[in-house]
Amino acid sequence: MIGLFNMTRRNLRLFFKDKGMFFSTLITPIILLVLYATFLANIYRDSFASALPEGVVIPDELLNGTVVCQLTSSLLAVCCVTVSFCANLIMIGDKANKSISDFTVSPVKHSTLAVSYFVASAVSTLIITFTALGVSLGYVAIIQGWYLSFTDVLWVISDVLLLTLFGTALSSCINFFLSTNGQASAVGTIISAGYGFLCGAYMPISNFSQELQNVLMFLPGTYGTSLLRNHMMRGVFAEMKEYGFPDDVMTGIRDSIDCNLYFNGNEVPVEIMAVVLSGSVLLFTGIFVLMNILKKKR
Amino acid sequence: MEHIIEIEHLCKSFGDIKAVQDLSFIVNRGELFAFLGVNGAGKSTTISMLCGQLKKDSGKILVCGENVERNFEKISRKIGVVFQNSVLDAPLSVRDNLRSRASLYGIKGKDFEERLNELAQLLDFSDLLKRPLNKLSGGQKRRIDIARAILHKPEILILDEPTTGLDPQTRHLLWDVVNTLRKEKQMTVFLTTHYMEEAADADYIVILDSGKIAAKGTPLSLKNEYAGDYITLYGIDENEVKNLGIPYEEIKDAFRISVPNTGKATELILSQPQLFRDYEIIKGNMDDVFLAVTGKKLVGGAEK
Repeated sequence: MIGLFNMTRRNLRLFFKDKGMFFSTLITPIILLVLYATFLANIYRDSFASALPEGVVIPDELLNGTVVCQLTSSLLAVCCVTVSFCANLIMIGDKANKSISDFTVSPVKHSTLAVSYFVASAVSTLIITFTALGVSLGYVAIIQGWYLSFTDVLWVISDVLLLTLFGTALSSCINFFLSTNGQASAVGTIISAGYGFLCGAYMPISNFSQELQNVLMFLPGTYGTSLLRNHMMRGVFAEMKEYGFPDDVMTGIRDSIDCNLYFNGNEVPVEIMAVVLSGSVLLFTGIFVLMNILKKKR
Repeated sequence: MEHIIEIEHLCKSFGDIKAVQDLSFIVNRGELFAFLGVNGAGKSTTISMLCGQLKKDSGKILVCGENVERNFEKISRKIGVVFQNSVLDAPLSVRDNLRSRASLYGIKGKDFEERLNELAQLLDFSDLLKRPLNKLSGGQKRRIDIARAILHKPEILILDEPTTGLDPQTRHLLWDVVNTLRKEKQMTVFLTTHYMEEAADADYIVILDSGKIAAKGTPLSLKNEYAGDYITLYGIDENEVKNLGIPYEEIKDAFRISVPNTGKATELILSQPQLFRDYEIIKGNMDDVFLAVTGKKLVGGAEK
């Protein structure tokens, strides 16, 4: 893979030199965090408290933990995918300003170019999503809702990594067909607006109709959101159990916020969610590299 | 002479538009080959097929004896391309641009630094290495484009309108470098240009019109075939010129008459020597050839 390292470095430098591109990727995490911190957290807290069965009382700290972990897991689930669409624009820029011709007249392989775009996009997205993760964890700690163990944090880190790779692979496959900056910004806008709903981040998919839930269960992003939520909220649920919450109430809460996902009526274990997401990363990455290799000249 | 590029019966269409029609020509090693035509004549399409960027419909393209579509990886190490517009990364420094491009040919580390120094000396851009490309003038950018094209020491340099919009000093530097490379390294240069004075220095010229070859040959053979001579007469009265019965044009302090060739000019002088007291004979130039062949003038690439 001659030139892979230098081409990846070139793609990363181009991304960070373009201030507009860099700051536009930060918009989604910043807006979501501000929305959550300013008023959504209060709405969720009130809604959660009022939904509890009569006689079940929850301490403020545990309520805080439940709400903030749900919100930050949603934020991270959305960011990992939408940010990757904003960061994965170098490939389109190269087509738009014809730089791609400069590479294709050289002996570099199309697969090397594809991998360099993928790696650069994944690295730049990871920098932003890990920053968002750091800020989210800080937010959880500040508002006194921290129930995470060290292992939970490691799981959340691996979830963010996996979901970011999924976002990068998906955006690479979609952006492969785009050749102008206008098309790229249109796709970015659609993804930013729609992905949060489709993956169950803005609204749990348990709130949707059964038919729609069945469809959404075929989308890998759904499992990514649930993975993050399970790991972010494991400590909260452990604390609830210790506090004496009845099992049926616990199951109800887990169902209502998509910690439990059901495919064809069967509960999907967390390990299978990770397998589905990892498989999707491999599948989409393979498709992207293959599309580049098989790309026909006009 | 060794044929370094051989094109036979090359055709390419985009839908109903026949961009290139039955093109056949040969370029010899070390030659300066000029490819002329107005915008849309098929020059860039031919270059794109030559560089493996476009698929041909039919015909054959051999570069250094290798088939472009089958062995492009091998050929790509032997060609360097200066595109019409710079395709380097505007926000990155000159060094970063050249480093990323050199890596495409496996040139890195110490080899890259050595080659960069050589090129910086040759093209006089040592003081620009740290500057981003978007902070350079058009002429400076063009020098970096040339450096990129010859980073890997190609055998063939393809120049697609390399001097359009450049100041005379940069144009001069560019041609000095190209001529040095031709002399010292036997580099073949495949040139498209809108400047006829550049084409006049070529070893061989092909003129394209609507995707077809309209004329080909050396500058001299083309001038002899398609352009007449001009005789400029000084110190003569207009009535005397009229008496020659040949179309004429009044220019400052003189009259200019056109004759089909130098032989006819000699006949005219010998038949009426009393009129030719102070005169000069000038051969037609490549502009005249282009106009005669295509019926169009090349002015900045636009058809006139």
